[in-house]
Amino acid sequence: MKASKVAQYGLLTALALVLSYLESLVPPLWVPGVKLGLPNLAIVFALYRLGWKDACVISLVRVVLVALLFGNGAALAYSAAGAALSLTLMGLLKRTGKFSSVGVSVAGGVAHNAGQILVAMAMLGTSRLAWYLPVLWISGTVAGVLIGIVSGILVKRVPEQK
Amino acid sequence: MEWLKTHRNDVILIAVLIALGGALLLWLGLTRQVGGVARVQIDGETVMELPLSQDARVELGEPGRGNLLIIENGTARVERADCPDQVCVRQGAVRYNGESIVCLPHKLIVSIEGGVENGVDGSTG
Repeated sequence: MKASKVAQYGLLTALALVLSYLESLVPPLWVPGVKLGLPNLAIVFALYRLGWKDACVISLVRVVLVALLFGNGAALAYSAAGAALSLTLMGLLKRTGKFSSVGVSVAGGVAHNAGQILVAMAMLGTSRLAWYLPVLWISGTVAGVLIGIVSGILVKRVPEQK
Repeated sequence: MEWLKTHRNDVILIAVLIALGGALLLWLGLTRQVGGVARVQIDGETVMELPLSQDARVELGEPGRGNLLIIENGTARVERADCPDQVCVRQGAVRYNGESIVCLPHKLIVSIEGGVENGVDGSTG
């Protein structure tokens, strides 16, 4: 692996981590889980600039570090499920070549939230959380549009590292 | 508008997702049922079941470590809690089957259940 790539990995992981921390400072809105998904900026950027596998590695490192630093085991399971589903869908959609970063990030946002809720429902053995699903589904769509637009601009504007 | 043309697939995807989310919300909203009783559990044991049709004010727990539960207009809410976080108070009123109010510090769970009310058939649509 080239040194410049290692450096980019490090930078993007650090960025994703800082964005996770920033987001954790924002008080939860009326429904827990409704958030912008700021760390996804770094992940979507990595997906476009470096590639799918690289985005997966950065996302995995972020999820584990966030759980170790601010979270607990249950949070790790939720966010790992969300991140895995999100990256799978984003990778597939990007591969079709039919969508821009906006469509890809929207699918990622929705998949992330749906994955979290499904794992939470399975772990708590309750369907009571079903109410969260449509709410988080829609909030994931909106957040995905914003993240997709911004990361699209970033991919265009940030100079490529050789 | 130029953006909409060049991002046609994105726009379709967003529209489909929002429509699906809305449909899910609508479906859950239409199939939910108003509950019949508020079951009060403290430390895992059911201590009482209060019919939602009857207004009530109930002091739960011990003085200084309790909650004030209000049943009013077919809804249940916790009006006062002697704990710092006040999560259960801020949650507001619940009335639909499966909804619950949880007060972790006092191990209190108020959950809405179907149940048949006194003399009245509770299985209304």
